[in-house]
Amino acid sequence: MAKLLKHILLDILNNKIVIVYTIVLAAFSWSVFGLEDNTAKGILTLLNILLLIVPLVASLFATIYLYNSNEFIELLLSQPVKRSLIWKSLFAGLSGSLSIAFLLGVAIPVLLFAELSTALVMIASGLFLTVIFVSIAFLANVFTRDKAKGIGLAIMGWLYFALLFDAIVLFLFFQFADYPIEKVVVLLSALSPIDLCRINILLHLDVSAMMGYTGAIFRDYFGAGGGLILSSTLLLLWAFVPFYISLIRFKNKDL
Amino acid sequence: MNSSRVITGALFTFLLTSLICPARAHTIKVGPQQAISSITQALTMASNGDTVEVNGGTYKEGNIIISKSIALIGKSRPVLDGQFRFEILSVKANGVLVSGFQIQHCGQGTLDDPGAIKVYDASQVRIENNDLVDNFFGIYLQYSHHSVIKNNRISAKQTIENQSGNGIHCWKSDNLQITGNHISGHRDGIYFEFVTESVIWRNISENNLRYGLHFMFSGSDAYFSNLFRRNGAGVAVMFTNKVTMMNNTFTENWGDAAYGLLLKEISDCTMIGNRFLKNTTGIMLDGSNRVYMEKNLLKGNGWGMRLQANCVDDTIVRNNFIGNTFDVSTNGSLTLNKFDHNYWDKYEGYDLNKDQIGDVPYHPLSLYSVVAERNPPAMLLYRSFIISLLDKSEKMMPSLTPANFVDPHPLLKPLPL
Amino acid sequence: MIHFQSISKKFGRLPVLNEVSLTLEKGNCIALIGPNGCGKTTLIKSLLGMVIPDKGDILFNGQNIKGQEKYRSQIGYMPQIGRYPDNMRIAQVIDMIKQIRPSSDLDNDLYKQFDMATMTDKRMRTLSGGTIQKVSATLAFLFRPPVLILDEPTAGLDPIAAEILKEKIIAARNNGSLVLITSHVLSELEGLVNRLVFMQDGKVLLHEDIETLKATTRQSTIAKSITALLKNQLNG
Repeated sequence: MAKLLKHILLDILNNKIVIVYTIVLAAFSWSVFGLEDNTAKGILTLLNILLLIVPLVASLFATIYLYNSNEFIELLLSQPVKRSLIWKSLFAGLSGSLSIAFLLGVAIPVLLFAELSTALVMIASGLFLTVIFVSIAFLANVFTRDKAKGIGLAIMGWLYFALLFDAIVLFLFFQFADYPIEKVVVLLSALSPIDLCRINILLHLDVSAMMGYTGAIFRDYFGAGGGLILSSTLLLLWAFVPFYISLIRFKNKDL
Repeated sequence: MNSSRVITGALFTFLLTSLICPARAHTIKVGPQQAISSITQALTMASNGDTVEVNGGTYKEGNIIISKSIALIGKSRPVLDGQFRFEILSVKANGVLVSGFQIQHCGQGTLDDPGAIKVYDASQVRIENNDLVDNFFGIYLQYSHHSVIKNNRISAKQTIENQSGNGIHCWKSDNLQITGNHISGHRDGIYFEFVTESVIWRNISENNLRYGLHFMFSGSDAYFSNLFRRNGAGVAVMFTNKVTMMNNTFTENWGDAAYGLLLKEISDCTMIGNRFLKNTTGIMLDGSNRVYMEKNLLKGNGWGMRLQANCVDDTIVRNNFIGNTFDVSTNGSLTLNKFDHNYWDKYEGYDLNKDQIGDVPYHPLSLYSVVAERNPPAMLLYRSFIISLLDKSEKMMPSLTPANFVDPHPLLKPLPL
Repeated sequence: MIHFQSISKKFGRLPVLNEVSLTLEKGNCIALIGPNGCGKTTLIKSLLGMVIPDKGDILFNGQNIKGQEKYRSQIGYMPQIGRYPDNMRIAQVIDMIKQIRPSSDLDNDLYKQFDMATMTDKRMRTLSGGTIQKVSATLAFLFRPPVLILDEPTAGLDPIAAEILKEKIIAARNNGSLVLITSHVLSELEGLVNRLVFMQDGKVLLHEDIETLKATTRQSTIAKSITALLKNQLNG
């Protein structure tokens, strides 16, 4: 695996997109903390990149890279290499390089400027979102051979979690305004990794007080102690279940 | 005619001498090195007008009852200790002065509400320059008139709201002056119930479990230049009218359901020159009518103002709204209050005629604040992408927020507050 | 050495392989021929594990290849159209394959004869079809595999390179390797192959020794024998 991974990482670095991504993230984070006099405000601004840009770049880059790796996969498949090994190496290579880009670009300024616990939650969330959306890209890849369709699927996935899911939740709020739906909503939000990360980060900032009763319920479920384990478990599931499904399909895929 | 003049003259002379050098006023000294070592003993010896001077030391005398109009003065800060069992000082006579003590560890009890200093049906009482440490109630006044509570430091470390007492508790009293006290760690810092025509001035009330200052069923009171910091809520004014609030600072009252100022079922109040900084909600108005708000600063709050739809005829003019997540929110579609000439930092209009008043009226309600007010769980979507999108579109084309919720003359520059 | 046992494969609803049974023994050089779309490439890809048959098993040295990958260290594969990562250089591709298939006994003949050393720095996307074929051929023979699968090996090669490759194939056969070649140019196969498998519509129509085939059809070349055979079938 190490040999394959080395070649994949070299190839991704060759691509230069990841390097550009790192630089853009770094430029953005440093300027956010440099311009905002208030660290809390800077973190809230950074939250937006974290929740929108990181998933978008992760899923798009991974999808396109995977489709472009068809030749690579074919070449390796005629060699004595396990199929699952190829797929796992690609996953590790993609999520690894994007995670490193995130760490270099965002984690350093966040650690320098933000409070430690907030910084750690943000970094963990960014890493989770990176891996999760790479994982979703892998799933999109095995469902269609067509590159355009695959990219479309990946964008739809991103759009769903970044926008549509919240719209649905908002709609439910209106529909069931007369019922005590707080708990349902809290559980529902666990179904979207972006929401899970967003709320967990907000709970670590002092804006958490504004989230009132529902925020308190969320904190009970996912925020502290055992809840943190629960939300991490959920995020881990998000990261590996789509990939695992894609792995099974890839093992039986005709090339 | 002559004799009556003589009598009047003699009376006048007598009064004068009795004021300047009261013939019968004694000073009784109490202390470990004195002949009298017990305050209780000294009090039985004292008569009206006497001074009981207590020297440094710790006095554990259970409940000390002052039933004569005397001055009880501590020298080098003697400690009165209630051993967590007794009410310490009970004042039951008019004109008593208590000054210079450290009074600590009064007993607890929810039936008789023991206090470090409790005043029963006594007027013109002065309580000054005392340190009250770890008491259940600090200073408790009932049926007291024209009393003064001044420059006391009242602190406790209470943690459970329904097993805690207030710092300064006033009940059925009037014409009180509460000045320059520092109160922390109690349930309410200052509590007024059925208290009228009283003034609260230059106090600091912080880190109390419930409210920094709490009015119930009171009226015609005023509070000026106080600081309310990090309380469950800064100030609650409930079922009260004609309260004047000026130049107070309400800050860092931050937490779930925390307010800088909560106005509930009140009317005819005036608020001028107050500062609301970094509160979850700066001002919450619920069923409040004819409130006049001018020249207040609302800065860095989660909600600057929450104006419930049951508020009528409130006037909000010439205030600064700066850096609040939501400047204003409301829970209904009907608005019967007036906003005018306020400064809103989120205002994006223009001023062609350069009169420093925006040419486009400002709608301070954001869509999301309305949604969240009707549907509190929607706060879970705070900072999500969809919310930003909705707010942006609503700002361009208001459709869901009440159209008459508007400041017709928004200022372009903040007022110098 | 290689047994296909009733292999069937459909792509969607289109049957590509239909109950194909075939046994290939070592020391043979076998031509796999048939019209376009007859299932040749699919058969090869299923042998390589790139296409997974719907039904049937493939045994390699008596072992079922399903889910296995080790057996592929015995195979050198030269695809019809070599597809390589665009950004990799020739040297990188060769190095990478060498790393994942470690062997001390490398066959560098083709590398030298094709003069690859002069162009190792070129990126794969800049290469012509013929050069790519040279890379593929080099990789296929590099590990002296007992089984060689060559899909249209000479297509796109210049005559000199084609001749080099042919000699290499003959050498491999003489060394006892099993060589499986598909080609449309039947004349090329002359003198190269000793057996012939003819496929049509996903079925094996014929698996015969070349000499026997020529004798029964009384023809002198493979091409003529096949033509005669097809005519007979049509008539018969």
